[in-house]
This record gives sequence, C-alpha cells and structure tokens, in this order.
Amino acid sequence: MNHWIIAPVVLPALLAPLLGYIMRHDIVLARVASAAGTVALFFIALGLAFWAADGGTHVYRLGDWPAPFGIVLVLDRLSAMMVLLTATLALIVLWHVIATGWDAKGRHFHALYQFQLMGIFGAFLTGDAFNLFVFFEVLLIASYGLMVHSGGKVRLQAGLQYLVMNLAGSTLFLFALGTMYATTGTLNMADLAVKVPLIPAEEGAMVRVAAVLLLIVFMIKAALFPVQFWLPGTYANAPAPVAALFAIMTKVGAYAIIRLHTLAYGPQSSPTAGLVEEWLFPAAMVTVALGAIGVLAAKRLMPLLSFSVIGSMGTLMLAVAPQDPYATETALYYLVHSTFSAAALFLLADLVISRRGTDTLSVRPPLLQNGLFAALFFGGAIAMAGMPPLSGFLGKLLILDALRDPTLMPWAWSGILIGSLVTIVGFARAGSILFWKSTAVRVPEGAEPIDAEPRPAPATAAEVGPTMALLALLAALAVLAGPATEYMRAAGTQLFEPDGYIDAVLTPVEKPEAPDPHAPDPLAEEEH
Amino acid sequence: MEILVASAIGVLTTGGVYLILRLRAFPVILGLSLLSYAVNVFLFSTGRLAINAPPILQKYGDATYTDPLPQALVLTAIVISFGMTAVLVMFSLGAYLEAGNDTIDMKDAETEDDAV
Repeated sequence: MNHWIIAPVVLPALLAPLLGYIMRHDIVLARVASAAGTVALFFIALGLAFWAADGGTHVYRLGDWPAPFGIVLVLDRLSAMMVLLTATLALIVLWHVIATGWDAKGRHFHALYQFQLMGIFGAFLTGDAFNLFVFFEVLLIASYGLMVHSGGKVRLQAGLQYLVMNLAGSTLFLFALGTMYATTGTLNMADLAVKVPLIPAEEGAMVRVAAVLLLIVFMIKAALFPVQFWLPGTYANAPAPVAALFAIMTKVGAYAIIRLHTLAYGPQSSPTAGLVEEWLFPAAMVTVALGAIGVLAAKRLMPLLSFSVIGSMGTLMLAVAPQDPYATETALYYLVHSTFSAAALFLLADLVISRRGTDTLSVRPPLLQNGLFAALFFGGAIAMAGMPPLSGFLGKLLILDALRDPTLMPWAWSGILIGSLVTIVGFARAGSILFWKSTAVRVPEGAEPIDAEPRPAPATAAEVGPTMALLALLAALAVLAGPATEYMRAAGTQLFEPDGYIDAVLTPVEKPEAPDPHAPDPLAEEEH
Repeated sequence: MEILVASAIGVLTTGGVYLILRLRAFPVILGLSLLSYAVNVFLFSTGRLAINAPPILQKYGDATYTDPLPQALVLTAIVISFGMTAVLVMFSLGAYLEAGNDTIDMKDAETEDDAV
C-alpha cells in the first residue's frame, strides 16, 4: 500500500488549519506556505500521474479496512489525470492571486484555498459514494467562503443564492445515497458495480430512481440545462481568480458522471441501461445552445465568460453521453482544454476589469497596455470558441468525430458547429468593444479632472504570467495532442473495462465465494 | 410504523420545498432545515426499520439487529447539515445587512446598476 495516494488530501488538510490559525496575521508567511504547499501538491500529482500511467488501479484502504466495509481511495488513469489537472490549475491561479494581491483583500484566502483543493482532490480520488458526498461538502463549504472573498453587496447576495442552491443539491445527494443503500446494501463504487447488474431489470425501479437522482445532483454541479441557473450569477460575481479556480468545479460533476456511469451504472447494468444516453444528450444539447446565446447576449464581461463555461460544459457532456471509450477519450481531452481556457479567460478578465474599473461591455478610454490585453483576450477567445491553432479546435474536432452515430450526428454536429459560430460572434463583439473601439475614444480636453486619480499601473510580468502560462498550456495541449490523447485513450479504455477496478478494490476480501453471513443480502431484501 | 415514518418524511419534505420557494432568507433557512431533517429520517430508515434491536451483531445465533451503517451516515449528515445551516445563517445575515433586504433572488437591474 502506497501512502502517496492520500497525500493530496492530507497535505492541504494539514496546511489549511495552520494557515487559518497560525499564519492569519502574516500575509507573507501565508503566501509562502500556501505556495510551497501547492507546489508540493503539483509534484505529488505529477508523481501519481506517472505511477497511474502504467495502467494499474492502485487502492488505498483507509485504516486498512477491507474494501466494502472501509473507505477506499482509488487511483487510476482518470483520477490521476484529474488530480494533476487540478494541481496545475491551482498552482497557476495561486500565482495570479499572489501577484495581483487578491488574497490580501479579505481574510483567510489561503486557508480556504487549501480546503478547496482538499475537497476537489478527495472527490477525484475516493472510491466510495458517501465519501464522495463528504468531499463534495468540503469543497463546497470552502467555495462558499472563496466566492464571497473580499465581500460586497452583490457578491454576498450571489453567494447566498449559490449556497442555497447547493444545500438543496446536497439534500438531493443524500436522498440519492439513501435510496442507493436501501436497494443495494452498499456504497462502495466497486461493490455497487458488482451488485447493481445482479438486480433484474424489472425490479430495478428503485435503482433507477437512485441513479436519476444522482445524475441530477451531478448535473447541478456540471451546470447542465435544467439546473444551470446558479452558474452565471455565481461565476460572474465571484472574484475573477476564484472563478478561474471554479473552472475545475464544474468538471467535478462531469467526472462523477463519467465515473459512476462507467462503474456502478455502467453499460453492463440492466436496471439503468440507456439512462445517460436518453437524458444527458438532450440536456447537453440545450446547454450548448444556452451557452452560445448567453455569450451573444451578455452585457458584461464576467457573465459572458460564465456563459461560455456553460457552453463548454454542454459540449463536454455531449461527448460523455454516448458512453463508449472513444467518445469518453475525446470528452477527457476537451475537459482538460475547457478547464484551462476558462481559467485563462477569467484571469485575463481580472486584469482587464481591475484596470477598467467596470466589467460592462462599454467603450472606455483605452488601457495602458491595450495591445497586450487584446492579444491575450484573442488567444483565450479562440481557445474557448474552438478555433485553430489552440487545443479547442482539436477538442471539438475529436468530439465531432466521436459523435458519428447517425441518430446523434445531425443534432450534435449542428449544435456544436452553430454554437461555436455564435460563440465566436459573441467573443468578437465583446473583444471589439473592449479593446478596439476604445482606441477611437479621444479624451475630451478639459475632462481630465475625472481622470485625475492615478491611472492603474501597467501590468507586470508576474501579473500577466499566469494567463500566458495557461495559454501556453493550451498550445502545448494542441502540439502534444498525440501523447495526450494516447493517455486519454488508455484512460477511456480502462474506464470501460471496470473489472480491473473492481478486482483491485475488492480482491483481498475474497468476497464472492463466502459472503459475510451477517451482511443482509440485498437481493433477498428486495423480495419483501 | 412504516406509514408514520414515510408520511413524516413526506410532510417534512413538502414543507421544506414550499418554504424554499418563498425566496426570503428566513423561510429558506427553515425550509432547508426541514429538508435536512427529512433526509436524516430517510437515511435512518434505509437500513430498514427495526424496534428494540441493537445496532451490533450478537455473537452466534441469529438474533435480530438493526443495520448500523445508516446510523453512522445519519450522524455524518447531521453534523454536515448543522455546519451548513450555520454558514447559511451567517451568509444571509451578511447579505441582509449589506443589501437591506432579505430576498434570495437578485434583480437584474440592481446588479447592472451596481456594476456601473
């Protein structure tokens, strides 16, 4: 048993209280500790990713309890990739936060940031459904704090909305887990993957109810159509760097859907057969359309970016819906891309908004480094809209290629292509108002008293660096698309061969031959 | 007893959903609390209802027992929902003090005005 698997959870969990209690009055110390912790997390995640690349499923049993009774953390290619993605994003966002001084605008930023990372890492690593709920709560409660960081009236109101929405979602999650336990008698994902297919389809109504409830919960997190309303208000009113970190939070929902619907509710389980294809695909289609229309209609920069996140989640879920290894591979590629491109745009928006003083899309006198910001916005926009040369183009191309099924193709292709076009128009409109038209504004003579306050300082290399790093990562993802998709193909294949996962988690117990006589037999209980 | 527990869960959930839809901070907090009570009772009953049975196995013999796992789950859920309710109260207090009203939904015009 290798203890490194739990390090991404334990390290931030230990660091955060220290940051919150001991280093609370010393911002420099807190920055150094938080940055050191995040760098360490990045290298741990890198190590885990290389370790998981061998194709094995590595299991960490907490307290060394055997699998269906104790909680397990499981590291396979998918979770290692998600952990590495989170760690990379966290490092870059933290760099931006420290360079722009966001963390000094409120209290306890770094402690909340580490708790947030702990929750996200835990959600990606856990192999137990109830433990997934607990890590969701950890990441949510930290995100509530980060969301209202530095305060303000609108931000607090938006934070309250976000909080109420997610509390309702958590209640639904508990109802789903209760139903799941009542029907199968287990909450361990690998054990579920064994038990659920044993339930005959005609008796599977309750299993289906649990699966649908869980799907709704994860759709809330992933901001899919009927339950996406929380996202624009939250992301648009959160501090922009926090919104950049939240780019990974919608992916937690996507990850949970992929994980549970290849394992417990996978294609081999008859009670829930066809569930994802039937419901996720139309929801994702509407989400793509909503995102594109929102981008076109937005009057402010932050809502515009939020709607582009919604659109990209829709595109991602279109590729998750068909439930086959190739489509999942393309979904994973697009997932990495959309996380980085959304984060890049939010970080850039922070730089621009803090200098313009407003995020309305209106013509203002040009910024000091108008050209630089315009170029960065252009880069982020073509990545998000899916134009060459950045990875968004390849990602969408792969997804289109995966959705060749004649029943899906007309909808999916027209949805993605028209959605991309509308998104491009929306971004072009926003970019030309923000950066291009502003160059035509002449400051009238005699009006300079308004501008008497010192103009914002030009952005330093440290401030622009994180945005550039994210765009460079997108370029790297496009250049190294071969090796990247190679890894994701292996991850997709591994997901659709769940026997390896199930064996790795359950084997030492030798359970199938001698079931624990005390454990109630779920099938016998189904009878009465 | 099943009827009693089931209808209690149903009534609590109905009340909770109704109160959440009121969209004012205090009813919403009460509504979410009711919902969390409902879900706690629901979780408790997922291990099947048994009266006067210990949540541990008797050594030897097939004495009745009640499933201990849902009880552990309920404890976790209670702690989490308690903490979340505290956070929610603090948030709504903050939002009320800053904004001067306790509605949950945000007016669009208000946001725009504030941003300009």
